[in-house]
Amino acid sequence: MSTHSSRLAARMMVAPSVVLLLIWMIVPLAMTLYYSFRFYRLLSPDRTNWVGFNNYLWFFNSPDFWLALFNTLALVGGVLFITVVLGTLIALLIDQPIKGQGFLRILVIAPFFVMPPVAASIWENLFMHPQNGLFAAVAQGFGAQPILFLEQYPMWSIIGIVSWEWLPFATLILLTALQSLSSEQLEAAEMDGASPFARFRYIILPHMTRAITVVILIQTIFLLGIFGEIFTTTQGGPGSASTTLPYMIFKQAIAAKDIGRAAAGGIIAVILANIVAYFLMRGLGRNLEN
Amino acid sequence: MGKIQLTKVRKSFGEVDVIPGIDLTIENGEFVVFVGPSGCGKSTLLRLIAGLEDTTSGVIDIDGKDATNLPPAKRGLAMVFQSYALYPHMTVRKNIGFPLKMAGMDPAEQDKRVERAAKVLNLSNYLDRRPGQLSGGQRQRVAIGRAIVREPAAFLFDEPLSNLDAALRVGMRQEISELHQSLKTTMIYVTHDQVEAMTMADKIVVLNAGHIEQVGAPLELYNFPRNLFVAGFIGSPKMNLIEGAEAAKHNAHTIGIRPEHITVGDGPWEGVVGLSEHLGSDSFLKVAVEGLGTMTVRAPGEVHARHGDRIRLAPAGKIHRFDTNGLAI
Amino acid sequence: MARALSPRRLLITTVAAWTVALIIFFPVLWMILTSFKTEASAVAMPPEFLSADWTLENYTEVWSRSDYPRFFWNSVVISVGSTLLGLLIAIPAAWAMAFVPGKKTKDLLMWMLSTKMMPAVAVMIPLYLLFQQLGLIDTKIGLVIALMLMNLPIIIWMLYTYFKEIPGEILEASRMDGATLWGEIIYVLTPMALPGIASTMLLNIILAWNEAFWTIVLTTTKAAPLSAFIASFSAPQGLFYAKLSAASAMAILPILILGWFSQKQLVRGLTFGAVK
Ligand SMILES: Nc1ncnc2c1ncn2[C@@H]1O[C@H](COP(=O)(O)OP(=O)(O)OP(=O)(O)O)[C@@H](O)[C@H]1O
Ligand SMILES: [Mg+2]
Repeated sequence: MSTHSSRLAARMMVAPSVVLLLIWMIVPLAMTLYYSFRFYRLLSPDRTNWVGFNNYLWFFNSPDFWLALFNTLALVGGVLFITVVLGTLIALLIDQPIKGQGFLRILVIAPFFVMPPVAASIWENLFMHPQNGLFAAVAQGFGAQPILFLEQYPMWSIIGIVSWEWLPFATLILLTALQSLSSEQLEAAEMDGASPFARFRYIILPHMTRAITVVILIQTIFLLGIFGEIFTTTQGGPGSASTTLPYMIFKQAIAAKDIGRAAAGGIIAVILANIVAYFLMRGLGRNLEN
Repeated sequence: MGKIQLTKVRKSFGEVDVIPGIDLTIENGEFVVFVGPSGCGKSTLLRLIAGLEDTTSGVIDIDGKDATNLPPAKRGLAMVFQSYALYPHMTVRKNIGFPLKMAGMDPAEQDKRVERAAKVLNLSNYLDRRPGQLSGGQRQRVAIGRAIVREPAAFLFDEPLSNLDAALRVGMRQEISELHQSLKTTMIYVTHDQVEAMTMADKIVVLNAGHIEQVGAPLELYNFPRNLFVAGFIGSPKMNLIEGAEAAKHNAHTIGIRPEHITVGDGPWEGVVGLSEHLGSDSFLKVAVEGLGTMTVRAPGEVHARHGDRIRLAPAGKIHRFDTNGLAI
Repeated sequence: MARALSPRRLLITTVAAWTVALIIFFPVLWMILTSFKTEASAVAMPPEFLSADWTLENYTEVWSRSDYPRFFWNSVVISVGSTLLGLLIAIPAAWAMAFVPGKKTKDLLMWMLSTKMMPAVAVMIPLYLLFQQLGLIDTKIGLVIALMLMNLPIIIWMLYTYFKEIPGEILEASRMDGATLWGEIIYVLTPMALPGIASTMLLNIILAWNEAFWTIVLTTTKAAPLSAFIASFSAPQGLFYAKLSAASAMAILPILILGWFSQKQLVRGLTFGAVK
């Protein structure tokens, strides 16, 4: 169904999206690139000049940067691991012929609809708070000292909160994949003498590869930019213990009012995102082919 | 009116020449069937005529006018797809009426034509159903209905019956033939099915790798295949082809003899029965004949040869002769 | 792959599944419970479940002290507006990529998705300056544009996977029937893809509703939606747990209810066609 005229029409129909996205991507990126080589502080806006790679060097020489880089990757990796593993297990559990499956799904999907600032504030105030949080109450009930989640284990706490937000997404997509597996395949495997574990390993898991790929792909896109949860809870602290790359850039821009450095950080973040995207596509792209 | 003329029509997808160049004339009112092995370009040729694909080069004339660059809707042709391609969200009435609506016809006139088409196709009771609530045969009829309301210059069918079961196929085959007789509109019909091709066609076009191997009336192709390809392709079971000494006796490089033109009993050839299929009316035997290889024989139903039996065979009909280039002598 | 289990196994699985589901849901439930407690009851140690003092005061207070209806209205306008605008631009693009694919279509789709990988913070300053130049700061139209562009790749992807499921022969048939390009899109494609378009729309309304970066950066007061409202609420008021919970509940309940009603379509759309 491809004639010249339909090809031409097709180009014209894709064009607006491509042009808009190009502008949305290129213009800010070019401006960021420009600022990243400038000395530009909002506190002294008149004094601005080219500084070469100084802004970049500042990042590479800052110990916080390497921590932030590590934290960013730890956040993405940690949340992916937790949501995929738990999501698979929960999906296997819910997929059984249990009573009230529909309602159960409603409960499980709920966190997905909670906006990040609300999610973060629920966990910070109602659960992790050392005096009034529910976790503190539980600890006291056992006669133990309350755990100072956000002070002592800030990264773990944030990974926990974000995992809670994304667990429904992973679970429901994996569940959908699971339900599309024909029971005949499993029965055939059972006739062939496959144990439950073998059935999972050789039938169920391969069937879910595509779904897992999608979960990883989509989540990574959102996780690389995680900001609100950190902003609401730890503000990157204590010290820089829970500062991720996006948050470090934010601190440079808003707290230090150093646009040049923030811009350099932005470019580094874009490069990092591209590296991650590259490996993701190389590793997973194959699974997305039909 | 519906005379279609292809001149040096060529189609390539990127590097691949799917149709290297075809000349073909389809007369007004003719029922033309395209046959050929899978992937030989039947659908592509049909879609070129329909305008769903651009020709790479060459000219397509419809009723004497150059239609090569006309969009599908302007060619005045109607197509019935293998999957029927009914609009699932529209009722049968809306489906059949869609081309009329697109042509901007007055709604009352639309209705009249839809009713008329529905009556011809026995669909009057289903007009307010959706395609999902119809049987395969009914869907097929809706697809045909959608084609006939437009009163096209020609109908194009791409394997329209291949999704139906055997009994329905026979019924629909006859309905389409009757439709052709009453409408007298040009029809171009793509099929894999020998029986459809032989029974429906005025003219069969045998395609192979994008080339036309032979064009002719069904019996003409059966009786006088122009080359080995057509000889092997038309007729079921396939013609037996023999080379070597036996062929040399007939002054040919290859000789062909149809399974139905061999008798069991007495004869010059002796062999052992391998597979035997008894259909009741006929028996198909595969016989390993010394010096000739395996021959397929179509014997009357009362022949009870079984696996391992030794039998004798005799040619009893036309022997087709071919030269070294595979052309009929 | 639901298969029969022995009654005992079924009981154990049922209990386990319900326990897990309730644990996942519990934070939301606890927040809603807290929103109906008095402030004293909300911070009581040990926590009060049934013995708490129940009250609606938090809701009335949040309602009267803040401008909740305006935030709510802004959220509605921004999320629905950006979604509709996005669909308008994305439907033709997705149509073209699904039905007239070229060699570069897959790459184009990947590129579109990759624009979403760019961390928002990285381009915050230039975008802020751009929006300032254009006079779009703290305007609903500004946010509609920003969120539309932010979600456009997702909208295109979802529509693309839905359109891909529609057999091309049907569109060819409509072309043979004389439909123009627009006729084809209006009479044939859109009605057939309606469930897909609906679930795309829902997901994007939810994503836009919950967006809490650009809404905070690009608004101050006039155009601020609920996500910005919540962020402002948690900052100064500090320890008013019950009121914070009430405000949070008011921010998430509209979308929670919408999401619950449409979860089936939503999940299907979210799989990006990876799961049939
Ligand atoms: N859009 C396309 N791009 C590239 N090659 C194509 C395209 N469409 C068809 N082809 C190739 O053209 C050749 C002819 O295809 P066509 O569909 O016409 O065959 P056909 O004779 O209808 O086969 P069948 O009997 O199986 O339907 C095939 O080799 C096919 O792979
Ligand atoms: Mg074909």
